[in-house]
Amino acid sequence: MMKNPYLPLPMKLVKNFTETEDKLIHTFTLQFLSEEDEKSFPYMPGQFAEVCVFGKGEAPFGIASSPNEPGFLKFSVAKVGVVSTALHMMEEGSTVGVRGPLGNYYPVEELKGKNLVIIGGGFAFTTLRSLATYMMDPVRRGDYGNLTVIYGARNPGLLLYKEELAAWEQNPDINLITTIDRAVDGWNGRVGFIPAVTEEVAPSSENSYAIICGPPVMIKFTMPVLEKLGFPPERIIMSLENRMKCGIGMCGRCNVGGKYVCKDGPVFTRAQLNELPNEY
Amino acid sequence: MIVSKKDLPNFLDKLISEYQVFAPVRKDTFTVFKQICSGKDAVLAAGNTKLPVKELFFPQSEKLYSYSVTEAGAKLEATLDDQQKIVFGVRPCDAKSLVLLDHVFNNDKYQDPYYLTRRENTILVGIGCNSPASTCFCTSVNGGPFDTNGLDILLVDTGDAYVVEVVSDKGKALAEKAGFAAASDADQAAAAKAKEDAVVTCQVNLDGLKAKLDVNFYDPIWDKIHEKCLGCGACTYLCPTCHCFDIVDDAVDCNGCRVRNWDSCAFPLFTLHGSGHNPRTSNKERYRNRIMHKFKYFVDNNNEIACVGCGRCIKNCPVNMDIRVVLEDVRGSEARLDS
Repeated sequence: MMKNPYLPLPMKLVKNFTETEDKLIHTFTLQFLSEEDEKSFPYMPGQFAEVCVFGKGEAPFGIASSPNEPGFLKFSVAKVGVVSTALHMMEEGSTVGVRGPLGNYYPVEELKGKNLVIIGGGFAFTTLRSLATYMMDPVRRGDYGNLTVIYGARNPGLLLYKEELAAWEQNPDINLITTIDRAVDGWNGRVGFIPAVTEEVAPSSENSYAIICGPPVMIKFTMPVLEKLGFPPERIIMSLENRMKCGIGMCGRCNVGGKYVCKDGPVFTRAQLNELPNEY
Repeated sequence: MIVSKKDLPNFLDKLISEYQVFAPVRKDTFTVFKQICSGKDAVLAAGNTKLPVKELFFPQSEKLYSYSVTEAGAKLEATLDDQQKIVFGVRPCDAKSLVLLDHVFNNDKYQDPYYLTRRENTILVGIGCNSPASTCFCTSVNGGPFDTNGLDILLVDTGDAYVVEVVSDKGKALAEKAGFAAASDADQAAAAKAKEDAVVTCQVNLDGLKAKLDVNFYDPIWDKIHEKCLGCGACTYLCPTCHCFDIVDDAVDCNGCRVRNWDSCAFPLFTLHGSGHNPRTSNKERYRNRIMHKFKYFVDNNNEIACVGCGRCIKNCPVNMDIRVVLEDVRGSEARLDS
């Protein structure tokens, strides 16, 4: 009997946490209902899942938790459409469905022994958080070189995972640089846009990979900076989003050229994207 | 082997007692595939059906599973249609479309159990096309009016009878069970003659088309070529190889089902992001995607053109877009290598 890729795994919503000051991003912690369920969901940083609100529909979200955080999955979701709005209104204890894990993941094997610059903007920090958490797991921190995280948001209230960021600031295993667009009282970090901050703080591109997620305008202006710093397109890794339904390369809407973002992505190198049309 | 036209209804009646049998039946001025209760209902002489055979494997609207959610969790129930079926009177182009759709629903990573279960349990009995229509161009896309690709049995109309050609093991078993009479040399000669006389008059020259599509994504030709197109999506619904779908919930509160419906890359909502951004902003990008998908992306991924030359999109377009002309125009355009 073949596996039915359309059937979601029922999970329990144990926490519906308002992540940002504008209240538009919530982080949902979902608990597996059994050990078997958890075993059936082996995922890696960068993968996504279709989260379903029964009666409303399903929508794809990057997985924000990391495989070394057993027992649950985390998703940080902006309130945008029918499904995400329904999710935001859900009470803790409710049942939701999760279908996945879907898509490819960050090339964690290829990245071994390399220095990494993780660059994130706004709420596109979810799978980057998963990746950083994965690499900082003590059992594998030694596999990777220097880990620099550059993370920016319009203002401090819009940064995700604030407690975690505070802990990373104190952690010698990771070099965290946070930045906001405009100065506000009480902010001790940097002020400035991601491209400029990257240019200023990014370490050498030698033996390094850059992994970048954020709004299109941030990506657009950070690319020339990375190029200038000497990162070749093969060592710039990005994650795409396109509208999706099936998540398994059949429903036809998320293609960029001949590649399906859901099945062949969402993680692509800049070099791979250079070969594809700009339909994302 | 051979079966006379007079005996065919009886033969179908026998099959009906054992299988769900689908065949072209009359509806208004055209034919469509329907489950038949009597062999007499099958209409084999009226050319191809208006709707392609894909709907028997990938229905226009289909329940994926039902669910009921309680405090304790969710109960999900999926049912696969594993009825034994025979689809009778499939044209070679439609049979080939299923071979192409197999690549989609059984891709390098995932299997679609709904489609594949139906495929496994269905026998395809085809009928060759003695007089291809003026809109047919199967021979230009690696097919032909008596092509057997995807079929289990092919029938060749010789006037008063059908000469039965066994194509697959499934077909062989069915033909043996049916106990058809042996075909005489004269019958075989008549079948060969029918094949020889069936000429697909329309030839579309696709030489160099793929090479052109490989480099012309940003070519100005796309600004023009779509202009007549209304974006109604009729061609995509009637296309035997188009497979795009949507998944929606049909529910009261938390009890209901998840349903998939045919969708179309011709529609703006198809690719619209929640943010308002749309990667295929206008009809130009959507039309280009349809052509690219069939004649480049599908070829890159599966080494086959995703068009079987059935001509339905030509016959049914409300503004007379003709894919044959479009392809010639694209092929003839000056490709620019820069982007």
